[in-house]
Amino acid sequence: MRLTPEEVEHVALLGRLRLTEEERARFTTQLNSILDHFEQLKDIDTAGVPPMSHAVPVSNVVREDQPKPSLAPEEALQNAPDQDRNCFRVPRVIE
Amino acid sequence: MSSTPELHDLTAHELSDLLTSKQVSARDALAAVYQRINDIESEVHAYVRLTRELAEQQASEIDERRARGEALPPLAGVPLALKDICCTKGIETTCCSRILQGFVPPYDADVVERCRRSGLVFLGKTNMDEFAMGSSTENSAFGVTHNPWDLARVPGGSSGGSAAAVAASETIVSMGTDTGGSIRQPASCCGVVGLKPTYGRVSRYGVIAFASSLDQVGPITKDVRDCALMMNVLAGHDPRDSTSIPLPAPDYTQALIPGVKGLRFGLVKEFMEYQGVGVDPEVSSSIRTALDRLRELGGECEEVSLPYLNYSIPVYYIIAPAEASSNLARYDGVQYGYRSPAKGGDIVEMYSRTRDEGFGAEVKRRIMLGTYALSAGYYDAYYLKASQVRTLIRRDFDRAFEKFDVLVGPVSPTVAFRLGEKTDDPIAMYLSDVCTIPVNMGGLPGMSLPCGFSSEGLPIGLQLVGKPLSEETLLRAAYAFEQSTDCHRRRSHPIQTRDGRRSVVARA
Repeated sequence: MRLTPEEVEHVALLGRLRLTEEERARFTTQLNSILDHFEQLKDIDTAGVPPMSHAVPVSNVVREDQPKPSLAPEEALQNAPDQDRNCFRVPRVIE
Repeated sequence: MSSTPELHDLTAHELSDLLTSKQVSARDALAAVYQRINDIESEVHAYVRLTRELAEQQASEIDERRARGEALPPLAGVPLALKDICCTKGIETTCCSRILQGFVPPYDADVVERCRRSGLVFLGKTNMDEFAMGSSTENSAFGVTHNPWDLARVPGGSSGGSAAAVAASETIVSMGTDTGGSIRQPASCCGVVGLKPTYGRVSRYGVIAFASSLDQVGPITKDVRDCALMMNVLAGHDPRDSTSIPLPAPDYTQALIPGVKGLRFGLVKEFMEYQGVGVDPEVSSSIRTALDRLRELGGECEEVSLPYLNYSIPVYYIIAPAEASSNLARYDGVQYGYRSPAKGGDIVEMYSRTRDEGFGAEVKRRIMLGTYALSAGYYDAYYLKASQVRTLIRRDFDRAFEKFDVLVGPVSPTVAFRLGEKTDDPIAMYLSDVCTIPVNMGGLPGMSLPCGFSSEGLPIGLQLVGKPLSEETLLRAAYAFEQSTDCHRRRSHPIQTRDGRRSVVARA
């Protein structure tokens, strides 16, 4: 087994997910079977092959830095779950 | 068709002719389609949200402009269904996720702006797998969509609602997004036409991101001419998407010329047989018959092997979840969308509860997979390795296109499967995209069109794949093929029970 339940818990924390006992057990089995499926890539010789990140050769797209209007604060805040004085409100971050 | 077809059954170009010659008003067309939705939507569930008030306003505006003698774009007044992945200003957009429930975008996606400018009338937002992750539309947070050809089966996914709406005549045209097959596979399952354009041909601005190096928007329509007309609406450069190709889009309807004389078609061995396992025999024989048809129409056909396509599934399921885990980090309950009502705990606790309650199982599985593949110590073994194999896959395609104009194969290894059949087996579900995924890996255009039916009467799709920016060649080949069959004419009509199978589509 590549991934232990403890490692699954650690990955969940990195991904900001809280797993129930049942989810942790199920994901451990499923992720291991998916990772087993990935093993076949090890057989391919990729020495010197550049990685492909985009399908078209478009890079460093630049534009003039022209000032223009952006969303008004009330529009930007219209979907906020919690807000206060034109800010997004979150639980306390600094003790 | 023996009797006069009803308005909801028309293609966009047929309806456009009636609208232009003022035989039918946009309001009449809209009323007919909403009547159809009223009649069968409870059986199909293609939509998650209808926007009737807006649609009536848009249709009236088109009718008034036409009455004033204004020259209007070809699709003005034609009803459209939008996949719930595109941001629509003032209209709730959820990506069929609980985490975005109630989200009302403050702006339109580029494709939505283009549809508004073209005078298309917005019927509503269609169902999809949550964040476009899935091949059956069963991962939606808002219920499953039923395949109009057999209500006990899936419509494919992730754009299952869009494809089902077109197949059931609950819209005239629709659109979807395709990251690993999400336009083509549901189009195939529902017996309609779908095109995933070259990566960068259509803007991704305002389209909720899944895997940014693979996502692409495209049409889902009743026939090939409608597909070309919708490409004229959707394609073009957009400076707001830095991966948008800075070239003007052609008039795609010019590509619809009869015959395929001189075109070289390559039947891809790895589409017919992945890692030695062949596609369903009925699918295989339907594709070979289609190839014979292309030969009769003047095409040259041969088989070709692209060996690195045998690794597409692992490559895709590393790259797409890695990009998704990064894209979906933005859903944290701060700026928009759902926030867990649970009180107490620090901000990490709030993030984690929000995401746990807001995301469904498949989305969590892919976030886990992607986070792991990108985590310290594993990046080289997974993401880097997969990106290198992606280069090898693209090189296989480039080599094949030295000899062929169009590569051919099935869209999916089977016809539409039964609801619930694959929900507990992620790898079995992933394998339904085995013929479509490589095309996204290469960033190439790919098209799905109906080419036959199984013994049970379910549609089978033919896939055409082209060089970058060769959408016109695909449309030409698809048009010639379509005009030589009647597959695309089979659609619509009331719910019936035939051979114990419940369907809302009857053969013409």
